[in-house]
Amino acid sequence: MKKRSNAPFFWLMFGAGGMLSALFGTALVIITGLATPLGIGLKTDFMAYPRMLAFAQNFIGKGFVMVVITLFAWHAAHRIFHSLHDVGIHSGTVAKLLCYGSAFVMTVIAAYSLLGIGF
Amino acid sequence: MKPQANAEGVRRNPPYVRPMAGWWTRNPFFVRYMVREVTAVAVWVYALVLTFGVLRLSQGEAAWNGWLEAMKSPASIVLHLVLLLGMVLHVHSWFEIMPKTMAPIIVGGERVSASRIQRTGWTVAVVVTLLVLALAVGSQS
Repeated sequence: MKKRSNAPFFWLMFGAGGMLSALFGTALVIITGLATPLGIGLKTDFMAYPRMLAFAQNFIGKGFVMVVITLFAWHAAHRIFHSLHDVGIHSGTVAKLLCYGSAFVMTVIAAYSLLGIGF
Repeated sequence: MKPQANAEGVRRNPPYVRPMAGWWTRNPFFVRYMVREVTAVAVWVYALVLTFGVLRLSQGEAAWNGWLEAMKSPASIVLHLVLLLGMVLHVHSWFEIMPKTMAPIIVGGERVSASRIQRTGWTVAVVVTLLVLALAVGSQS
């Protein structure tokens, strides 16, 4: 039997992550990285421990965080891998392992942490 | 001048290789291409920031507060301003290429135009962004 290509999996993660980051990335960066730390528009305790713990323990909140981290990471890894040639790095197995490996590591850390936080 | 063969064998001048360093700076089209590609790094970095956040959250209140403090540092604010720019550019390029990456949609016997797909994408992105921000502000009171 002909070996099936694994490309559709990477393409699916790329596509889903691209759409999710296009829709949610801007708002999330504003909330977590600018509005809350600076106290502009949101209170500085917006992401205080009890609130974020409750968010991460909530089924929907947990799922959202997991999906955002996973899909953002795999989307970015896929694109970075395919751009390496343009900056003079000839992509091989090592480059592939580093790119998709970084996404895999982020996925594992996120899953491990979110499971540890409990329900 | 033709390279000449001598007793030791054939001597040749080194072959000419067109220099590729900075190739994309020579044409505005390629500059836009590279700007688009580099937004992937912004998405990657932000995924990493969030991964650290979730890890610290799982390690308890002190660890989480440390992450929150790090997010307040000037370096983090500058980074997130760059990430914000990257995300906005990503929205732009994602919907710019969408007509080429998706299957054609036929409505009333006519293919939906590229500009309409792009406008729809942008509209949805703006609406979702505003909704999420409103949800965040509303969840405080």
